Amino acid sequence: MTTTTSTSPVLEARGVIMRFGGLTAVRDVDLTVNTGEIVGLIGPNGAGKTTFFNCLTGLYVPTEGKVSYKGKVLPPKPHLVTSAGIARTFQNIRLFANMTVLENVLVGRHTRTKEGLWSALLRGPGFRKAETASRERAMELLEFIGLAHKADHLSRNLPYGEQRKLEIARALASEPGLLLLDEPTAGMNPQETRATEELIFAIRDQGIAVLVIEHDIRFIMNLCDRVAVLVQGEKIVEGPAEVVQADERVIAAYLGTPFEGSPGAEELAEVEAAEATAGDDAESATSKEGTAQ
Amino acid sequence: MATTDNTAEITAPARGLIALPQTAARSLIAVGAVATIASTFMSWTYTADFPGDLTYYGSPAGLQILDLVAGALTLLFALTLFDVRGLRWLNPAGATAPVALAAASAFAVSWFSAIAIAVDLKGLVALDPGAYIAALGSLIALVGALALPSPGDTFKDWVSKPDRIPAAQQIPGWAERLVITGATAVALIVFTYGIGVDPDASETFIGYLLLVVLGTWALQSAGLFDRFAELNARHKGFATSMAFLAAAVFPFVENNEHNANLGVNILVVATVALGLNIVVGLTGLLDLGYVAFLGVGAYAAALVSGSEFSRFSGVQFPFWAAMLTGMAASLVFGVLIGAPTLRLRGDYLAIVTLGFGEIFRISVNNLDGSSGPNLTNGPNGISMIPDLDIFGFNFGNAHDIGSITLGRFANYFLLMLIITGIVVVVFNRAADSRIGRSWIAIREDETAATAMGINGFRVKLIAFALGASLAGLAGTVSAHVGYSVNPAPYQFAGSVPPNSAFLLAAVVLGGMGTVNGPILGATLLYLLPEKLGFLKEYQLFAFGVALVILMRFRPEGIIANRRRQLEFHETDQLDIPEQGLPASTVGVTKAGA
Repeated sequence: MTTTTSTSPVLEARGVIMRFGGLTAVRDVDLTVNTGEIVGLIGPNGAGKTTFFNCLTGLYVPTEGKVSYKGKVLPPKPHLVTSAGIARTFQNIRLFANMTVLENVLVGRHTRTKEGLWSALLRGPGFRKAETASRERAMELLEFIGLAHKADHLSRNLPYGEQRKLEIARALASEPGLLLLDEPTAGMNPQETRATEELIFAIRDQGIAVLVIEHDIRFIMNLCDRVAVLVQGEKIVEGPAEVVQADERVIAAYLGTPFEGSPGAEELAEVEAAEATAGDDAESATSKEGTAQ
Repeated sequence: MATTDNTAEITAPARGLIALPQTAARSLIAVGAVATIASTFMSWTYTADFPGDLTYYGSPAGLQILDLVAGALTLLFALTLFDVRGLRWLNPAGATAPVALAAASAFAVSWFSAIAIAVDLKGLVALDPGAYIAALGSLIALVGALALPSPGDTFKDWVSKPDRIPAAQQIPGWAERLVITGATAVALIVFTYGIGVDPDASETFIGYLLLVVLGTWALQSAGLFDRFAELNARHKGFATSMAFLAAAVFPFVENNEHNANLGVNILVVATVALGLNIVVGLTGLLDLGYVAFLGVGAYAAALVSGSEFSRFSGVQFPFWAAMLTGMAASLVFGVLIGAPTLRLRGDYLAIVTLGFGEIFRISVNNLDGSSGPNLTNGPNGISMIPDLDIFGFNFGNAHDIGSITLGRFANYFLLMLIITGIVVVVFNRAADSRIGRSWIAIREDETAATAMGINGFRVKLIAFALGASLAGLAGTVSAHVGYSVNPAPYQFAGSVPPNSAFLLAAVVLGGMGTVNGPILGATLLYLLPEKLGFLKEYQLFAFGVALVILMRFRPEGIIANRRRQLEFHETDQLDIPEQGLPASTVGVTKAGA
């Protein structure tokens, strides 16, 4: 991993609590993302990861706690959060299906352009200049994610992986200081996942901090400088990937804990032996795949 | 199973529905078409009682003219199958579908005429030999067309475009402009003929509809409309100005006050439908009370028109000021209604706008001095609105231009055309800009749009206010055209346009989010009840049936918004997000790579 020169916090969430009636989805979560950092947020299904994301981006107003971006407390309105400098993608792709690829990215430029209805109707030189500049920037972004040749396609006609990429480009168009990615590799095959990994590193190298929710542990471990684990709305561990991976509570949260009167030692040994052989097979299979590439 | 069927289909030689040698089939079409054309120069019936008077030899009239056009179209398409030089452009892919559709149009017009004559005039005795020849000739042509190689197994294959249409030959720019001019002129002739059909001659109008629908379809299935769209895209400004020129020529060609009045009303409704299209088509807000804004504009203009029934009868604004007043009043109402309601989404918004629309009508009905302050003169409305006078040009008088006299409605038609032009420009410019993109983004996915930094409420309010003020603008003219305003037409649904349901239907039928769609939709919806007098009390029923049929077979509207020329991908192919994650991601990667 590259070492970051400065460590000023981009995003600071302090004591965020989100209650829906009697249900507390997020309990008192603190999280800090520093400049040039890629932070992972993992946890079992229903742990409150996306709810926490929505609290950060203003889609939900947290019941308690505050979220600040570069030292300023964020207003609880999604469009204000975006113009402040936080952009996001969605767990289930939410592109503008009947707009072209280029138009999708242009919509992302909304907060960084000012032209209103009057200038659109009068079409003065200022309007044309801003429109050309927006288009150029949008094409640069499409170039960056490798979709420039499909700029005129309807986004609904893109294959799945490219739709994911386009969502990232659209988020980048708002010139964010922090990018929130909600399961960017869901439904992707290993090659696509690797490509996404490269893309996220490239984004980080542009000086944009990244906070990513993911289920794919291997992906998270390769990618992230720091990982936070959310279980039932609570952050139970935070630290470097290796530390988190070895943490007992994390394993317990994902796999469950052995209960009293659990299967005898003999059965356990049998299961472990079986798993070991299966694991070997799997290991050799993946290594073959690796050499094939 | 399906795949084996498909391969069998590809390898087997294409055969027609009727087994005949190909040369024979082609000759049959040509012979049938010629017979149909010839028959139109003969008498079809012996009395002049049938609308259009089809008794003359040597001069086609009414339905005969339509049949002549249908026959000629069939003959031309048949000749393309014989590889006649110079006709290649008419049917670039050499497809059979346009030939079949053209033959069907001739068949439909001929047989409809013969049956209508027999029914109207009590029996087959009323038919002269000409009618028999028309019926027989068109039948022969249709049989020949059905014997052509079948484009596919289903009905859909017979009426759709071939997959691959060879690219058009390069022709010089001036020739392209000439083609656009010619096509616009043809469109003007077709439209003028339709609007000029005598309202009592419903038979002729039905024949006209049969010909226009099937004939247009034939041209579309030959791929000519796609080519024309390409030409238009290349000469956008020229094509638009030609279209407006053609519309401006209309009152000169159709020099009849009643038809000019029809033209004005169509333009008013089309303009309002365009304004509604900003709200419904671009921004995706279902507004069921939109006609109220037309009413606000009309009432505002009426109040300052100087009419003696107006509350402010001494006040007479010049037209430009009245226009601005109407727009401003509608704008204010739009913001007042929009501000509380636009926080709602979907069905809730629709219900609330429906309510506000009715509130407008009921308030206007009651602001008569007895049940409320006197402002609108209640159900009697404001009548005797004086004609407009712009720079000394009085719109109420007839004016001579050269040898042509332009009457009152022709004057208003030209004024309204300018306003329609302004609204078209406003629509186009607004749609293709930062604000237009944010409207479309909100229509597509409001949550994602706000996450992209769009202030949803603000942007929706702008759309609502812009739509309202455009309707108000049209309202100011319509108040003067109609001499008076009263609350009755500004309701949700009714048999007489304009009402909210009618406007919405015009937008949806024509094609949401397009410029041409609502104009075409408004024209059709306004013209059909006008010309098909016999429908009378079944008008709403027929309207409902037509809506259901269209929504079943062409839910995107007559003119689909393809968001520019996106020809390279058919939709439905890689349409993943709707169905959730694909079962095999690898397959998708391959498809994408």
